Order: sequence, then C-alpha cells, then structure tokens
Amino acid sequence: MMKFRFRRQGADPQREKLKQELFAFNKTVEHGFPNQPSALAFDPELRIMAIGTRSGAVKIYGAPGVEFTGLHRDTATVTQMHFLPGQGRLLTLLDDSSLHLWEVVHRNGCAHLEEALSLQPPSRPGFDGASGPLSLARVTVVLLLAAGDLAALGTEGSSVFFLDVPTLTLLEGQTLAPDDVLRSVPDDYRCGKALGPVESLQGHLRDPTRILIGYSRGLLVIWNRAARCADRVFLGTQQLESLCWERSGNTLVSSHSDGSYAVWSAGAGSSPTTQPTVATTPYGPFPCKAINKILWRNCASGDHFIIFSGGMPRASYGDRHCVSVLRAETLVTLDFTSRIIDFFTVHSTRPEDEFDEPQALAVLLEEELVVLDLQTPGWPAVPAPYLAPLHSSAITCSAHVANVPAKLWARIVSAGEQQSPQPASSASSWPITGGRNLAQEPSQRGLLLTGHEDGTVRFWDASGVALRPLYKLSTAGLFQTDCEHADSLAQAAEDDWPPFRKVGCFDPYSDDPRLGVQKVALCKYTAQMVVAGTAGQVLVLELSDVPSEQAVSVAGVDLLQDREGFTWKGHERLSPRTGPLPWPAGFQPRVLVQCLPPAAVTAVTLHAEWSLVAFGTSHGFGLFDYQRKSPVLARCTLHPSDSLAMEGPLSRVKSLKKSLRQSFRRIRKSRVSGKKRAANANSKLQEANAQLAEQACPHDVEMTPVQRRIEPRSADDSLSGVVRCLYFADTFLRDAAHHGPTMWAGTNSGSVFAYALEVPAAAAGGEKRAERAVEAVLGKEVQLMHRAPVVAIAVLDGRGRPLPEPYEASRDLAQAPDMQGGHAVLIASEEQFKVFTLPKVSAKTKFKLTAHEGCRVRKVALATFASVACEDYAETCLACLTNLGDVHVFSVPGLRPQVHYSCIRKEDISGIASCVFTRHGQGFYLISPSEFERFSLSARNITEPLCSLDISWPRDTTHTSHRLRESPKLSQANGTPGVVLSPGSCDGSPDPVRSKGDDTPEPPEATLSPMSIDSATSADTTLDTTGDVTVEDVKDFLGSSEESEKNLRNLAEEEAQACAVLIK
Amino acid sequence: MNRSFHKSQTLRFYDCSAVEVKSKFGAEFRRFSLDRQKPGKFEDFYNLVLHTHHISNTDVTIGYADVHGDLLPINNDDNFCKAVSSANPLLRVFIQKREEAEHCSFGAGSLSRRRRALALREDGPRRRAHLHIGLPRDFRPVSSIIDVDILPETHRRVRLYRHGCQKPLGFYIRDGTSVRVAPQGLEKVPGIFISRMVPGGLAESTGLLAVDDEVLEVNGIEVAGKTLDQVTDMMIANSHNLIVTVKPANQRNNVVRGGRAPGSSGRSWDSAPGRHSLPAAPAPAPLPPDDADSDDEPDVVLEGVLEPRPAPGGQARVNGAGAAHRLLSSLRADPRQGLALPLPAGAVEEHGPAVTL
Repeated sequence: MMKFRFRRQGADPQREKLKQELFAFNKTVEHGFPNQPSALAFDPELRIMAIGTRSGAVKIYGAPGVEFTGLHRDTATVTQMHFLPGQGRLLTLLDDSSLHLWEVVHRNGCAHLEEALSLQPPSRPGFDGASGPLSLARVTVVLLLAAGDLAALGTEGSSVFFLDVPTLTLLEGQTLAPDDVLRSVPDDYRCGKALGPVESLQGHLRDPTRILIGYSRGLLVIWNRAARCADRVFLGTQQLESLCWERSGNTLVSSHSDGSYAVWSAGAGSSPTTQPTVATTPYGPFPCKAINKILWRNCASGDHFIIFSGGMPRASYGDRHCVSVLRAETLVTLDFTSRIIDFFTVHSTRPEDEFDEPQALAVLLEEELVVLDLQTPGWPAVPAPYLAPLHSSAITCSAHVANVPAKLWARIVSAGEQQSPQPASSASSWPITGGRNLAQEPSQRGLLLTGHEDGTVRFWDASGVALRPLYKLSTAGLFQTDCEHADSLAQAAEDDWPPFRKVGCFDPYSDDPRLGVQKVALCKYTAQMVVAGTAGQVLVLELSDVPSEQAVSVAGVDLLQDREGFTWKGHERLSPRTGPLPWPAGFQPRVLVQCLPPAAVTAVTLHAEWSLVAFGTSHGFGLFDYQRKSPVLARCTLHPSDSLAMEGPLSRVKSLKKSLRQSFRRIRKSRVSGKKRAANANSKLQEANAQLAEQACPHDVEMTPVQRRIEPRSADDSLSGVVRCLYFADTFLRDAAHHGPTMWAGTNSGSVFAYALEVPAAAAGGEKRAERAVEAVLGKEVQLMHRAPVVAIAVLDGRGRPLPEPYEASRDLAQAPDMQGGHAVLIASEEQFKVFTLPKVSAKTKFKLTAHEGCRVRKVALATFASVACEDYAETCLACLTNLGDVHVFSVPGLRPQVHYSCIRKEDISGIASCVFTRHGQGFYLISPSEFERFSLSARNITEPLCSLDISWPRDTTHTSHRLRESPKLSQANGTPGVVLSPGSCDGSPDPVRSKGDDTPEPPEATLSPMSIDSATSADTTLDTTGDVTVEDVKDFLGSSEESEKNLRNLAEEEAQACAVLIK
Repeated sequence: MNRSFHKSQTLRFYDCSAVEVKSKFGAEFRRFSLDRQKPGKFEDFYNLVLHTHHISNTDVTIGYADVHGDLLPINNDDNFCKAVSSANPLLRVFIQKREEAEHCSFGAGSLSRRRRALALREDGPRRRAHLHIGLPRDFRPVSSIIDVDILPETHRRVRLYRHGCQKPLGFYIRDGTSVRVAPQGLEKVPGIFISRMVPGGLAESTGLLAVDDEVLEVNGIEVAGKTLDQVTDMMIANSHNLIVTVKPANQRNNVVRGGRAPGSSGRSWDSAPGRHSLPAAPAPAPLPPDDADSDDEPDVVLEGVLEPRPAPGGQARVNGAGAAHRLLSSLRADPRQGLALPLPAGAVEEHGPAVTL
C-alpha cells in the first residue's frame, strides 16, 4: 500500500534538475512550403521576401537559414504585405481590413519577427463622421510612400486614405475623396457613375509626390499630393485590373479584365487622354480571361520586359495557370500546375539607375515558389535552396537518418547534381540573399526521406533550418504503367501557340496509385536501401556513382502460405519491365520482391550486414536473402475469420456504404419530417416513406448522441494480422550463453514472433555466405493479453541501451553493445510498454499508458538525450506520441514517465500519423500537406533559425515596449504552444547555457547515471513476475539435445521456485 | 508422515515464509508446508491433498478456517492464494467428500453451524428441501460491488470479471452533462454516462450497471476532464478486470452500510481506505492479495508456443511450414497441460510433486 504512495510522490529534486537538463520542448522551425499562401512581398534593399498565408502566418525568408515566422492573432487571410524598404519592417493587410506592422528585432544577438503595432479600422463608417464613400472599412490596395513613413490606402469606396506608418495612425484631412478626382474629369466621362474601387496605387520612383491611381471603372489619374490636384487623367473605359508605371514615369501600362493591356503615354500634355498609344489582347481574338497583374521592366539594351499573369483564351486554356514573359519578340507562356498568387521581379531600385535590368522573376504559386533567371538566355528556373514543395506528390511516408557518414552524403549530393545539372551561373543566382545565418554548421548530417504517392523517394538535407532537396529516387521506371502512352500523345497534340513551357515540380497526379511508397529503410554504411510500396513491391536498391544498364531480378513471396478459402479482391500486382534497363547514377534497383497477395507493405526492415530484408503486409511477413536472391521465410499472420484483410482496400468501401446509407436515411428523414411538406399529390407517398424510414431506424439510435461500445478486442477482429513492425537484432533468443541473429515481428493483434536466424556469414567467414542458405527457426511467440497492436520492438543490451544499427559497432561508430547477457526486449504496443527479459521471456517492467491516461500510442522511438549541463552525459529514453497529440518521454528500461508535452492538436490526425522522431530527440510532423514542423524534445539538440538582419532605421526606443509576444516560436500556425521548462535553454543560444552549466556544481557521477537513479526508486516498479508471466507458458524449442535438456532442467527449477509447492 | 512433520518444523524454524498446513480428512490429520509467497496453483494443491490423504476415486471439496473461524472454500487459485497468505500461523484445511459436502455451505459461522447441523441431522423432517445450489467452484464470479465502506453511499464501485470470451461486456458509454453542487449553487459539468446495455451482455446480467449511470472512475482513475474516446480506451485497456465507479441513476437500490455479514466479501474490507481518492496512478489501485493475480491478468503476456514441442535434439523447422494458427485461449483452457510439462521425471515422491528448495 505504502509503496504506491511513495511512488506517486517521487519528486526527487536531483532527478527533477536532471530532467530539466535533458528535456525541453520547443517547436523550432517549419520546413517546406507555407500552406495556402495568399500574399507576397519583397524588399529589394535587404533582399528578403515575405509570404503571408490564409491562416494569418507571416514568414520572411532571406539567405538559406535566415527565416522569421510570425502569426497574426486573428486567423485571417493576409491579403497584402509591403516591406518598409531596408528597415526590416513589414506592413500587412488582413482580409478583416486590419493593418499590422511587424518588425525584426534583435535580442540576444539573434533576430526575431515581432508584431509592433496594429490598426483595426473603426467598424462604424468613417472616422470623420462621413458616410459610405469615406469609409476605411474595405481597403483594396496599399502603397508605401516616402521611404515607408507614409502609406496610401485605396478603398472599395474609391477614396484614398493616408496613414502615418511609424505610429499606424490615419492622417486626417489628407484623404482623397472620389469627388476631388472627378472634378478634373470631363462631364461626359462622369455621367453619374461611380469610379468603383481603387484597383491600383503606384508611386513614382523619383518623384514621391506623384501617385498613379487606377479605379476599377478604368479611370487612371496621376495625382500630385503636394499640389493636391490631378496632373494627368487617362479616361480608360475598360475595367481595370492592374497598373504599372514605367521607371522613367513616361509610360503607363494597364491590364484589363478582358485580357487586354494598354500602354499609355504620360508625357507632356494636360488634357485628359482618352486613347492609349497601344492596346493589345495578347491571346486574342477569342474572349480571354483577365490579366490580373502586369509588370513593365526596361533594360539597358533598349527593349523591355512585359510580364503578366492570366489573359489566356477563355475557351481553350481558361483553366491554365500562366504567367507570360514578353521581351521584344520573345514570348514565353509559363505554364504552372497551381494557382498564381503573386509575382515580383528582382531589379534595380536605386533611383539614379536608368534601367530596371530585371535579374530574376519570382512567382508565388499556391503550392510552390518558382524563380526564373532572366539574365541567362532561355530564362532557366533557379533551384530554390528552401521552400521546397514537399508535397509535389503527396507524402505517403517519411523516415529520418541521423549521423549520415560524410562519404555517403557526398555520393548522394553528387547523384542529385547529376540528376538536375545546374549551370554554374545559376548556382549562385538565387536572388533572395538577405540576412546572415548565425547558426553553427550542423555537427552531424541528418537526412530526411519522404516517400511519395507517385513512387518517388526524395532525400532532403535536414541538418539545418533550410530543408534542402538533395536527390530524388523514382521507382516508377521499373514497372509498366498504363498512363505512359497517353502522356506522349498529349504532348504531341499540343499546339505551338501559345508557347507553353511547363514550369515547377508540383504534380499531384499519380500515374498509378500502386506505385505509392509505403515504407523506406536506408543503411547509411552500405548505401543500400529498401523501398516498399502499395502493391506489395519491395525493392532493394544500391547507390551507384555511375549509370548502368542491368536487369533487376524479380522474386515473388506468397505470404498466404496455401491458406485456403481466400480470394484477393484488391489491386493487381505491378508488372515489372523485363530485360536490362538503363539506370542513372544514384540508387539503382538490384532485387524486386513482390508479395502475394499484393497488399500494401506495412513494415519493412533491412540488415545490410546479413544481406536480409524483412517485409510485412496485412497478410503476413517474409524474409528475403538479397545476396543469394532467395526467400528465407514466409509466415501468414492472417486470422481465419478476417475477411476484410483479404478483400483488399477496395472493399472497405462496402462497409462504408452501410454507414453512408444510414446517414443518408437520417438526412432524408429529417428533411421529410420538416415543415415544408407540400400538400401536393406526392405528399402521401412522402409520408409513407417517412414512416418507413422511421421504422428502419430504431428510435433510441436516433436519439442517443455519439456513443462508444466498450468491448475488448477479440482475436478475430478484422485486420488483426497486419504486420506492424519488424526488427533485426543480434541477441540471446536460444539460451543465455549464445547470442545470434534474430528477427522479430509484431502484429496488429498483439502477437510477437521471434525467429532465430542462422546466417552463415555471421558464423563462418564471409565467403561461405553465398553458398549456404540463411535459415530461420521460430523461437518464441508472445501473445500480449491486451491484444493491442505492436507498434515497435527493440532489444536492449545488458546496460539497458538499445542495440546499435548494423555495422555501427563493427566500424567503431557506436559503442559496442554489452553482449555479456542480460538482454531485454522492449515491446511497445498501442496501449502499453513492456520490457521482457531474454532469453526467457518474462516481464521485467511495464507501463500501461492507455489504462492510466486514456490515450493510445501512435509513434515511438528510442532517442538519446544529451544534457545541456554536462558535456558527455546522455540518457536513452523512449519518446512516444499519442493519439491525443501529446509527446511522452519514458526512461529505459525502467519505463518511468519523465516528461510530457502537448505537441499536436488531437484533431490533426494526419499530423499525428506523419510524425517521425530522430535519434537525438527531435521530430518532424506535417502541419499541412506541404510543411513539416520540426520540434525538439532535447534541451541540447535544437535546430532553430539563428540569424540576423542588417537593418537601418531610426530606432525609436518606444517601440520596444510594444512587444506583443515573448517568442515567435511559441505560437505556431498549426500547433499548440509548448510548455518550456527552462527559459534559459529554450533560447537555444548555446553559450549562456554552457556557462550556466559550468557554474553549477556537478552532481556526483553516481547520481547522474540513469541506472542508479532507476534502482534507487524503481524497486517497486519491478513487477512480481509470477503474477505477470506464468513461466510454464514459455516454451523453448531451440537448442541442441543437451541444451534443451539443460533448459528443461532450468525450467523445472524455475518452475519450482515460481510454484513453490514445498513438501518436506 | 513423521518425516514431513519434522521437516516442516525445521522449515518453519529456518524459513518463516513457509506456512504450516494441518489438513483434516474425516478423522485423519496430515501436516505439510507451503511457501507463503509462492503458494502455487490450486490444481497442484488439490493433487497434493489427494496424494497425502491417499484419497482416490472420489471428488473432495477443500475448505479452510479463516481468521474469523469461518469455513471458506478453496477451489481456485485466488482463494487458495488467499488462504495461504492469511494463515496465521497455521492453515487449517478441511477435506470432505463431495457428496457429503453438498449438504453444508461455506460462509460465515459455517464452522460452528456445521457442528450443529451435523448434530441435528437425525431429525431430517425439519430440514426444508431447498433449492439446490451448486458449489462455488461450479461458478465464476461475474461481478462484485466493492469498496462499499469507503465510497459515498451514492456511488457504487462495480467490478466486472470477464473470464474467457464467451460473453461480451455489453455496454456503451456517451457524453453528457451532470449537475453538481458547487459553492455558487448547481453547476453543469460534462460527464460520461452509460448509454446502452447489450441484452444478454455481462454488464446487463450483473444488474449493477444501468443506462444513464454516470461513470466517475475507471480502475481507480477519475474520468473527469477526459474525453469519451479516452474513457473508451481506458475501459477497453482494463477490460479484463474492469472496475468502474458509477453514480447510479437510480439511487434507491444503494447498499446500506453495516448490513454486511463479516467475511461475506473479503474484498471490500481488505482494500485500503482512501484508495478511491488517489490520483492517476502508474499502477491500478492496489488490490488485496487474492485479487492481485486476476488484476494483472489482462496484462499477462501469455507466451504461447503454437508448434508442438520438438523432440530434444531436433530443431523445429517451421519456416514456410504454414503453421496452423491455433488460439492461445485453447491453451489457457487447460492449465494442467502447461503445468505438467516442466516437472522433471522423478520429482514426484511419496508426498506429491514436491521440489525441495
């Protein structure tokens, strides 16, 4: 009784301090492309770019590694953003018409983005008491004037307001009402019609007093603010979309809703101009869509660029997302795969320059950012060092490889360079280069692998803040798919006009869903990898530095093992191409194993040292020797009554049908029983139908709200045979004296199978490997009583540490495991964690997470947590993500809860499902289809943006008091704010932390060791094994004759001790 | 006989974990000892008793005298374990032939009553022919109300025993609001309620749970602040030994305090006071020793070996053999199968399957 009390209090101050040194939760950086971008801005002086999103997030990017993130308090779409040039300040307009001023401030040597001021326009119309037209309620356009001190706001009511930016206050009395403008317009143009909303405001580069105002109706006015009069008036009659003022100020270009643009001469003359000098419809003569935005940039060579979006012929290409670039006679129609949000050119903005000389065009699309180099002939795309569209095809799985050896890294990088050869000039031409990255060079290289729906695996450099694409592996080339011919036909059929050019890599359409990648495993020492897919295909690939042409050997493994009475109703297996195939440098397939039936692969693992690959589906698991190219083992895990697994994914629809039908019936019933029942001829029929519907649904089912059935899992639940995890380990399965290769498999119904493997290479010299077959012998089979799915299996060595990866110990890259015995196996199910001793499987420690917290395990990983205080102290812990989005950390092997944080919203199911932990206490999860949030559980290992920006503006000390938030990373666009344990360490600046650590007297080594801490308090956690595992259930059928006799004797003795029936 | 007595004496002397057993069958006494910490299985004990008393070809019932002098049955692992652990210092065991035992019942005061009953047996006509109720060993407990003495009278803590998989637990839960008395007056708080009973299910058959009962705790952990899905998961995770504390919608059938006969429910007065108020614990609320085994049962990792045991010397070759998927529960159903195996040949001596420490 008392021991429970003691255990619960358990606030050992020393341990608490140590926990603070080991664990801290931070959401550090968002990788990938912002979801649903809605606004774009560029500061040509600082060369930084800002992207606003529909959820109110603001992200500023500069050079790789320079990133700032901010989030508006209201979840409103950012409609416009404008940089105050050179000041590191940004004015944002939201769709609730509120204006916000953001600034980059430096603290602790690092820059952060903070909201300084905001202005919510008065909700009642007009601040000056005026009615409708003077209302600020709907701001349509914003123009910054006078180096950013003044802003002009165009509104829907045709007025232009002026705003003092540093204080974000409206300058009353300067407002330009439509009546002021209409005075200079001839009567016949006025004809009683309103001007419409202000569509465009353009400033003059050299003359800040003049503003070009464009109204929706088509009227263009050059307004002189100093003289408060209209300098020039252009009486356009076509509905205006956008305006651009040429650098010299002599030419205007306007784009219109009918797909035309017009060039106006703004030279001398004062009378209202009625006709443009040029008016063209570039994609005419048939009706065209509007040109949404147009830019005019002149060049030193005398000609000019006209860049515009839209304007495509409505009937034939109305659904394309195009930006047209026209220079002299050269027209290129950039054909994008997603909607165009905005675009800008990088060009000279110094007033003294005579020409714009655009260097680059940056186009922000809904799903990616594309930058074109306008100075290189052909205008090639510049590869982006960040903002990678992770979701160019939907992400289906991800994996993280830590501590990648430099050699493999270089080979992958060079394979990637051969894949997309970049001209030397454009390698350095990424135009957005602002800010300085202060983060230290990452101490180790981390590789993030993402598997995609189209059968590709992408390799990302996840070492630092900027997630950089390295290499793309495509597996589709190995298979014959239906869509290839159709593709080539479509290419040929396309006309020469308009001159389309496909740009961008976002391609959400998959040729064949069977190609989808389900699981990926990479051996970082041998550069071998396994890619497993939706149609049961398991590919073993090897990295090769040279292209080659070779045939891939194909093998089939029947996982049903002659199980009768089942027919697979799912998809067919993929048919591989036969004969030698050309493979570019990079990962080249060696062996293809196809599971039968071709269900999606649910688990895969690779042991390069033994040349073995294990794979599992919903039907069973198999083991394949890819050196000898021969199957070793196939085991069916299917329960006889599990029909769902057999029928394949398509039949799920059937079970869905029933519930759909019910809900339709419910909808229909509520509609029918509504009051709108018409007294027509059909009414009787309807009533009868309603009655029928009522009879069909039992009344109580209709009345009760959401309810949950309380029923334990039974053995014959559907999909109970799904193999959830596979694991290779060199450990003690046969007896306590000899260790050897083992393979472990865990299923959805809580079964664990352990096989002892006979790998010739492990026993004798390597040359024997090819001659003798690998043998697998079932050693143990454990059925967890609670039947929860087994999520992970790991073997711990005698010191309680997880076994190293293959080759890690033999190449001196990790501490050799303790092979003196005392191994234990950690089995994590969805409901609880348990550590069992080996070779006699009896429970040592356990933690029943679901029984206590009501949450279920989604992802687990063993991670090493280094201490911030002590350089060489680290603990291995179990990190776990639950279905509620919480992250828990448990000690290993004591399984005592250490810390827990709320990380992901529990409604964000795809985020929880996508989570992947690294081996050093970090993790990634998808916050949108295109963005990974990176988080850190470790107090020491934090990857977050540390950067500075050289900003020059008269810094007003009063601004610092306006700080609205403590840290930009505490509020995520898509996450829950984390609890930060120690504010000192969350800053991430390593120096203060380290000095703090030096000050504190280091606790004696004995108290720091995890084992001693556990043993000090964990006596009560050691469960009495007699109650937990009955010894007689363990049967060992391994070992030789005397071995088994000895085992028998041992068992008998243990049995006697456990049973303890003594007769004397 | 003498040898075993002698040995048990010395054992008690050396090792206080041994429990001296005095077993009576008819007029014969036998003495032997058991390990208090690890008493073992009931089946072993039963065979041992038959062996020591040289009883053959007849079924017997085994009872023991507990600390209150009540004659309580020993017929399963739980109460055997309880009997051994509560022996102070001597465990008195009474053995009766099954047919004789039919006439007397175990329970409070049964020891003294039995003497009287035996004395009165001559005047048979006075005995009413009553409904034949089988011995407890013919039943399994289905449910019990526990911790009556430490809970408010408005609450009820119900333990559902789910043995095997024959019967579904058979209830549904839902979200709802319950009204609490707060300092400011009545306030509505979200709560979890039983929404539906499956006819013929375990929950319905106990009669202890009903629709609209509010669920307050699951295995000692309060459900306040937890979502319906969390509570569902907690209940399913504990489903082998589910203890729910409810506030019955119908408050008229509450257990009246102090009306219980001593010994009728060993559980409730064995459990520690204050247990229900403990916060979420890393282990479920502590249970008396006889419950401990069954409490852990849901988490027991039954290590099953599905293939037949290979002959010594030969290794089982199972790769690709397509092993028949037999259910482990079939293994469980016959515990003797597992028990008999590990005993080495020759261990069975005159006094049963004893193994000397």
